[in-house]
Amino acid sequence: MDQGMKIAAFNIEGNGTFAQDVPAMAEAIKASGAEIVLLPGNSRVKRSAAAAAMRAGAEIDTNVVDVELADGKAVARRWVYRQRILTAFSRAARPWVIVTDPSLFGEICAKTGAAAVPFTAAAGGATRTAVKGVENAGTGGESTIKPDAKLLFVAGAGWTKKQADGALHFDEAAATITGFLKKSGASLGSSKSLVDMPEAAAAFTFMSHMNQVGQTGATPRHQKGLSTCCHGEEPHVVGWRFVNERRAVNLDANCGWAQGKADVVYVADAFAVMAKVNELMG
Amino acid sequence: MSKPLNIVVCGSLVPDPLQTLEPVQTPQGPGLKNEQMLPSVLDPWAACALYEAAALAKTRPGSKVTLVALGPKAKLQQLMMTVAQKVPLELAAVNAPAGGFTDAKDTAAELAKAIKALPTAPDFVFGGCASASRDAGVTLQFVAEALGITEFFNAVDELKVADDDSFTVKERIEGGQYLVSTCTGFPAAIGWATGSLPEPPNNPQTGMMNMRGVMPALMKAPAANVGAGGIAWEKAEVPAAKRDTVVKKDMSVEDIAKEIVEWIKA
Repeated sequence: MDQGMKIAAFNIEGNGTFAQDVPAMAEAIKASGAEIVLLPGNSRVKRSAAAAAMRAGAEIDTNVVDVELADGKAVARRWVYRQRILTAFSRAARPWVIVTDPSLFGEICAKTGAAAVPFTAAAGGATRTAVKGVENAGTGGESTIKPDAKLLFVAGAGWTKKQADGALHFDEAAATITGFLKKSGASLGSSKSLVDMPEAAAAFTFMSHMNQVGQTGATPRHQKGLSTCCHGEEPHVVGWRFVNERRAVNLDANCGWAQGKADVVYVADAFAVMAKVNELMG
Repeated sequence: MSKPLNIVVCGSLVPDPLQTLEPVQTPQGPGLKNEQMLPSVLDPWAACALYEAAALAKTRPGSKVTLVALGPKAKLQQLMMTVAQKVPLELAAVNAPAGGFTDAKDTAAELAKAIKALPTAPDFVFGGCASASRDAGVTLQFVAEALGITEFFNAVDELKVADDDSFTVKERIEGGQYLVSTCTGFPAAIGWATGSLPEPPNNPQTGMMNMRGVMPALMKAPAANVGAGGIAWEKAEVPAAKRDTVVKKDMSVEDIAKEIVEWIKA
């Protein structure tokens, strides 16, 4: 911790609207009188903090994964090019709003000695927007995205391909995947090719574009990841940057996962393997 | 009868995601090795925004989609050879550096300037919720603020516009959920996530029609000075991420399943 630098942190939770949150956040940034303002990068902050910083005359950087303070200088780290290049940088301008990766907000606050205080949207402006509520993605009812799960289970487009008997097995694939999710408590991820497939959308109602992992999808943080029927191409695998232990089941021994992207690749039919896994998990 | 819509889409180029990216130091700060040679694509989220804009424009005859793109002119020209074949559009280009190390605020200021210079104020300003280069997710918010647009929605997957110009949006929030909101009218800015539309097939006729306007737009693209802003870069590196993969070819299904279950439970 740097004793000479005034750092404020705001706990911003819940939902809001841009028109109301921008003036309120701008006011909070200004009123804090801090040189550095830390915010958690949740959806509400990502919607409004940039415009609020601009209105408050502050600089802003988002998706920050680390902040180091030394000799009156702060150095932040963030990824560019979708988790492919890690950068370290500083800014002389103040105030400087640093929006952290949401899962690292507490850690960065502790490291910089900032005590996060609740944010109140008291100074909000008029808006033409009315929040109607929250609903789960997909049409299958219960959400299959579980950010706190230990395991990420990723389904690729192979689940929708013709199998050895020359037929499609959408229902069997759906039952196997949902059965595994129920038994393991895993969070469900998907490759882009699968969520983009209209026929899969009809059969896999438990899955939506929100499940997509990779270049235009999420970059989830789970301890373990199991990929099935997915080739492990680079645009997909960049979404696995923060998944520590990686295993894949694929029929192709030369798939992307086998090129240094997974710890273990099982060359096998995922339909058969996952059915057996479900059986063993009881 | 509902009025035609004027939809502006902010979007630029990024390196093809299949390319290997290696950071190098340049006199202007960090950059990419052989950056000028790397094949580019339209930023994936901006592309989703463009396809959604075209689909929305189709629902209201007479509507117009304008792509406002900031990037090196020569690379934009290459990019437009493909993009122009996707959907009917007009182009407003700004000739300036674009990439992961340029400043979002400078970029947004130039985009806002280009939008203000258009003959008609936009009903909607679309863009991606982030870029695949800087990946900051702030540019469109800056643009909205600079244009005085007070209604902005981020990471949107669905937009339904009613005949009375009110609309409903679904924004991605935490835990695989959507925040559903309604807005009473335009203007508004929308930062798209992936939406739900597939990439349209190339249509050479659309391409030829678009290129009539695209080439003059590129010719008169103003040059802008977009740099690193106030950022002092200290380091840019690709962390070693290669694993020693063990490929297991000859195990039975039962043995693989047992090993996976043990691994999950460990």
